[in-house]
Amino acid sequence: MTITPESDNQGSGRFAIECRHVWYRANGARPRVADLNLQITRGETLVLLGRSGSGKTTALKLINRLLEPSEGAVFVENRATTEWDPIRLRRGIGYVIQEAGLFPHLTVAKNVGLVPKLEGWPAGKIQARVEEMLTLVGLAPREFSGRKPRELSGGQRQRVGVARALAADPPILLMDEPFGALDPVTRTELQREFRRLAQRLGKTIVFVTHDVREALLLGSRIALLAEGKLVAVRAPAAFLSSPEPEVKEFLASLQEPAGGEAQ
Amino acid sequence: MSHFEFMLRHWEEVLQVTLEHVLLVAVAMGIATLIAIPLGIALTRRRALRVPVLGLANIMQTVPSLALFGFLIPVPFIGGIGRRTAIVALVLYALLPILRNTYAGIAGVDPAVIEAARGMGMTPRQLLWQVELPLSSAVILAGLRVATVITIGVATIAAAIGAGGLGTFIFRGVSMVNDQVILAGAVPAALLAILADVSLGWAERRLATK
Repeated sequence: MTITPESDNQGSGRFAIECRHVWYRANGARPRVADLNLQITRGETLVLLGRSGSGKTTALKLINRLLEPSEGAVFVENRATTEWDPIRLRRGIGYVIQEAGLFPHLTVAKNVGLVPKLEGWPAGKIQARVEEMLTLVGLAPREFSGRKPRELSGGQRQRVGVARALAADPPILLMDEPFGALDPVTRTELQREFRRLAQRLGKTIVFVTHDVREALLLGSRIALLAEGKLVAVRAPAAFLSSPEPEVKEFLASLQEPAGGEAQ
Repeated sequence: MSHFEFMLRHWEEVLQVTLEHVLLVAVAMGIATLIAIPLGIALTRRRALRVPVLGLANIMQTVPSLALFGFLIPVPFIGGIGRRTAIVALVLYALLPILRNTYAGIAGVDPAVIEAARGMGMTPRQLLWQVELPLSSAVILAGLRVATVITIGVATIAAAIGAGGLGTFIFRGVSMVNDQVILAGAVPAALLAILADVSLGWAERRLATK
């Protein structure tokens, strides 16, 4: 994805992603996203935090145009998503979902090499890139390339999901509770590795979670959503001392003994 | 004289009607597949069509086969006496299992996988050929298997409208009240059905574990 020159009625240039008065309603029901205004700076990791049904996944899908706003506009690289060719837009945005969404009929190597292949890279370059990406996420290419997703553990699948999202070197990465289905030990391990990786790669990352610990660990800023509305956007340190009751509710879950949902 | 002796003595004629039978089934299955798989895919894209189209195919299946052959005789172009009418009837019978399984197979692909594929920027065509069809191939093949077995059975009735096949012996045996002649048609038909069932079932299991 190339950065398009700025023009009128477009987003302002500093942001990789910008939501302006975005509403999303499915068939006239209660809006799942209500008047969302959010600017995401290049290279930051913004965490969308919220309970189930708070609209965080909907907000994420509005960015890669799996959904289109009912009102308002989402700008990616200064151009409204509805102005983008959806295929081109998505090829420039890595996407990782819970349980990874790996293609069960393809090997690990084919999964990781999929977007480069769709983009028409030569076979040699794809193979080199696949090996590079698997190494990056801590999977030995010789051991894992030929395996099918069902022959992997949950943590390994999630690593492959990240490798796949990064393969075509997209400037933006969307992650929808990527570590949500993992056991606590594996989850902590992947979170730590992911934080290092995010700092090293300098991608713009939007990360959805309901886990406040994860948000505090990974986010350069945390955006709290409740019932489709944006409650607060703060850096982790400021988030801890936020006055909003919704934030306090979330922070209260930190005090609970291990085993709660936020654990 | 056991019926095997009858078959051995008339092996040339048994072989000939068996080949006729296989040809009828193959042509009918080929046409039915070319219609039902694309139609099944279309149903997954326009779900509003699902109820009327599957309903119509269901009704086709409920018409007694002998009656269906009879109904088609007076129909212009596709009807009349002979092989063409028989093939039309067999196609109508084979549609439903293929159609239903194509629809169910694609509709049953894990939504998370579809969403990942769309999110990665696959075009609808790439999604179909690289994700949906490979992941539903075992279910679609199961539909083809059921349709083939049904068609092998129903094709015996094609002889009633002069289309040949193993039904020739069955109808002749019925009018002669001769079990050996009936069995000379029925046994090869049953063997064909078992052979199709076993071999397609094997292919289906191979696809399912892939």
